[in-house]
Amino acid sequence: MSMIEFRKEFFRDERDDNLNEIGKPTRRQDILGHVTGRSPFYDDHLFEGLLHIRCARSPHHHARIRRIDVSEAERSEGVVRVLTGKDVPRNLNTLLSLLDFGLDDEPLLAETKCAYKGEPVAAVIATSEAAARAAVKKVRVDWDVLPHVLDVEEAIRPGAPTVCEVYPGNKFVYHGKYDHQKLRYGDVEAAFRQADHIVEGRYQMSPIEQAPMETCGAIAAPEVNDRYVCYTGTQALFFSLGTAAKVLSMPSSRLHFVGGTVGGGFGGKVDSIHEPIAILGAMLTGKPCKFAWDREEEMQVGAPRGAERWYLKDGVMKDGRIIARQFTGYFDSGAYTRLSSYAIIKGVGHLPGPYTIPNVSANVYCVYTNRTPATAMRGFGITGVDFAIEAHMDKGAEAVGMNPIEFRILNAYRDGDMKAHRREAKNCALVECCQVVAEKAGVRLSGEAAAAASTKGGGGERGRLPAHTVTDQDGRVEGIDTGGYARKGGGASVSVPTPPRPAAPQYQSAPTPAPQQAAPTPAPPPAPDAARKGALRFSSLSGFRRR
Amino acid sequence: MAKKPVTFTLNGRESAAFAEEGQNLLDFLRRSVGDLSPKYGCGQGGCGGCTVLIDGEPHLSCLTLAEAAAGRKVETASGLATGPVLHRLQEAFMERFAAQCGFCTPGMLVSAKALLDRNPRPTREEVIEALSGNLCRCTGYEPIIEAVLDAAGERARA
Amino acid sequence: MALHRGRGFAAINYPIGMNLGGDPSQALVHSNPDGKFTVALSAIDLGQGMKSVTRQIAAETLGVPVEDVYVDTADSDTGPHDMGSFASRGTHRVGNAVMRAAEEARAVMLEAAAEELEVDAADLVTDGKGNIHVKGAPSRSITTMAAAQAAQFRQGRTIAGRGIFLIPLSEVDAETGEMTPVSTFAHAAMIVEVEVDDETGEVSVLDVKSAYEVGRALNPKLVEQQLRGGAWMGMSHAAWETTEPYYPARDHGPVDFNHYLMPGMGDLAPHHISVLERPAADGPFGGKGPGEMCANPVLPAVVNAVYEAVGVRIDDLPVTPEKVLRGLRAQGGAKPKKRL
Repeated sequence: MSMIEFRKEFFRDERDDNLNEIGKPTRRQDILGHVTGRSPFYDDHLFEGLLHIRCARSPHHHARIRRIDVSEAERSEGVVRVLTGKDVPRNLNTLLSLLDFGLDDEPLLAETKCAYKGEPVAAVIATSEAAARAAVKKVRVDWDVLPHVLDVEEAIRPGAPTVCEVYPGNKFVYHGKYDHQKLRYGDVEAAFRQADHIVEGRYQMSPIEQAPMETCGAIAAPEVNDRYVCYTGTQALFFSLGTAAKVLSMPSSRLHFVGGTVGGGFGGKVDSIHEPIAILGAMLTGKPCKFAWDREEEMQVGAPRGAERWYLKDGVMKDGRIIARQFTGYFDSGAYTRLSSYAIIKGVGHLPGPYTIPNVSANVYCVYTNRTPATAMRGFGITGVDFAIEAHMDKGAEAVGMNPIEFRILNAYRDGDMKAHRREAKNCALVECCQVVAEKAGVRLSGEAAAAASTKGGGGERGRLPAHTVTDQDGRVEGIDTGGYARKGGGASVSVPTPPRPAAPQYQSAPTPAPQQAAPTPAPPPAPDAARKGALRFSSLSGFRRR
Repeated sequence: MAKKPVTFTLNGRESAAFAEEGQNLLDFLRRSVGDLSPKYGCGQGGCGGCTVLIDGEPHLSCLTLAEAAAGRKVETASGLATGPVLHRLQEAFMERFAAQCGFCTPGMLVSAKALLDRNPRPTREEVIEALSGNLCRCTGYEPIIEAVLDAAGERARA
Repeated sequence: MALHRGRGFAAINYPIGMNLGGDPSQALVHSNPDGKFTVALSAIDLGQGMKSVTRQIAAETLGVPVEDVYVDTADSDTGPHDMGSFASRGTHRVGNAVMRAAEEARAVMLEAAAEELEVDAADLVTDGKGNIHVKGAPSRSITTMAAAQAAQFRQGRTIAGRGIFLIPLSEVDAETGEMTPVSTFAHAAMIVEVEVDDETGEVSVLDVKSAYEVGRALNPKLVEQQLRGGAWMGMSHAAWETTEPYYPARDHGPVDFNHYLMPGMGDLAPHHISVLERPAADGPFGGKGPGEMCANPVLPAVVNAVYEAVGVRIDDLPVTPEKVLRGLRAQGGAKPKKRL
């Protein structure tokens, strides 16, 4: 039914295939444990007297907490202790603070308000899961319900409810300067004016649950020598350890994390919520504590792949060349940042997809809404925009009446081309993938598309930076510094001097019908702008850098 | 809460432990008996990770009371191998790379064993039907189906 | 009322490793006195095969059989720091760290063997079967076991190695987005064939034909696991899954697997995979990371196929029967478009 083949003939001269172990279909080291049911997942560590933790959660999308009363829950049968935000030594964190990126914006247990349905306000520790469940219902919260906002574009309109007070405009602040991440490469507006076709689209990527078969969780227990051991299903051992050390104000040397055999993750096990709560429980009760989500929590309060909304606009010539592409993107971060701000930078670095387009522009916003915070998932920062790009490419091909595969090959990036983030493309293989699929599906390609190669036709004019890039100060934000990570100039704002503007490049279609011979290159841009500050040199480590 | 002694046969061996009132068989096997091979995937009967055999029939242990095992024969993935000799399903799962994270594997194996015990030569469709209550998020299922057909020793009937 | 078939195409690339760099991984490798090796990591195996691929990388680099290597992960007391298993960084980042650690350990192992054989370590090679011999003279040989014993009990050497791999952190320009996001990309292209029922709006995926370029396939079976499972997940994202079916409204959010839908064993489509291998210059033995990108082409390929089948553009995932029916109604029925 299904099959797999290894097409060794491609790029053969770039590989030495005579290796002893690499390239062999060696069985998995862990397979015997898997088929005998003995692989030790975090919950396969048994503790006498294990206590169970379960959270009381907000029933509202957005509500201020007037008072939390845990007295009845504390008297409930089997309850050992009830934790609230006051018990957390440092009850405000942002996951990426370990990378010095973003401001602490999210409590482990909410104290003053909840910004999404399901946000935890208290953690009940009891002798059984059933006792914990029963006691959770007895946590009384006096709520002051607030207006909420769920749509990304509504959230950024003036007057929208503030989801997260750290970011009053409901937008993450990039580089301490803008309410979105910009990509500016060439002059899209000038190119749109010259394009034969304008293709526009709006795309919506849905929120998705990672749905690992093992739900998220951790067990913590007091260990000898005044340390705590934590068995965890985390995807990132030291990330979780570092987060726990921070929110518990505890030196990492007092923490012993054990994991590494995890029942699937797909991005859903990096948020490091279970480890600090389980350890805090072990600290305050002196007993082993387990904090795990049930499947319902996994699906509704476990952070999903966030929704994304993308608007795309292409300028396409009759011969199929895309000369300009513009993106506006909204990542739905939910109530807190978690990793969405970072996903956007990754997504922006990926634009405009695997194509060489001489004019590209993007504004991408990390937007706060009153829903479960988003986090990583397989394809983080890329899956949603790839859906948008490739659905859009289909429309572009249709607009110019081209075979969709030939349209991709014509515009595909090749070795030596300049990418919109201003680094040279290397190690490309899109063209070959397109050709192999066409061959397998019996789609006949034109001679030119069939003869194309990632190693041919790139670089040269295609490898030069645009003569002129239009920049702007739109979305300027004052007074918020979101950390030094990825910050140019180590924290100081740098404004780019505007060079004198040269003549805009001229784009012309090749004669119709779409030619067999026309080189798949955009019209050569004028000579690089002499006024540009600083020469470029190439560094094998970091690509081009301004000297 | 009242505890009740439950005596049953686990993978061919007499076993006994106290069950708490309302305790499900999954929790009982894992925490009270110490057989960790059935897995908690949902507690809702939706994923099959906790599948065990009771008198040869597959049951979702998360939806089964521990007391229901009293006097019955319970089989789990940890009892599939005979000493160091693996069951042919286990061999086939290894050979076919039919596990990635391995969390659904014990439940898959148990459901597959129930199938092969009653139908030693299943078709592909019969394998699919027998395993349709066992979810896997890693493999895309194809290698699991192939492994079960391999273990059945006869291919290409589908 | 009828069933309509259509094919859709999509092509993608995927950045390997945590964007912008700044994401180190470490590894430690050491030998037992009998020449068997342990690799100590804190990297996580969540099913993708971290333990297995790093084991092969270590064995290849050390020049010993894979059975002579065991990967121990993840214990924060013994495994050195690693950023984590995400961003398709495992094979690339951890693999490189393991390679460096293994290279260091191998160098000591060869020095120990050289001392025993009374030759220059630079003249020694490994045969990958547990022997070290003089290049071109296989008879002047010592087993890795004997070399390790000599190192431990006679020479007082530690056959051990440390490795770290770090792509330095890139800056990001606030004005232009100039950055150094990644060092290598994986690629894919795909044709998906679907069948659309214009009465119910249901979309079935009938067949998938793909080409994935993954750098060197370090273990072809592990690569296949990722591609097959990942493409299934892509199919699921395209037409089944979401936590919020009426996004941005939060109503009807699923809370169990009866409502959170994913294709089951009975919904599978044959998937014919072709693997291309263009080695990454800085990947371990040219490896990239196939784990994430394998799902991505399926989503757009499915909506493009639905368009060819019935002429309805679904720009809002997932492709539910409701959306297909609304689209069909708006345009007055199925209007197939021949595209491919």
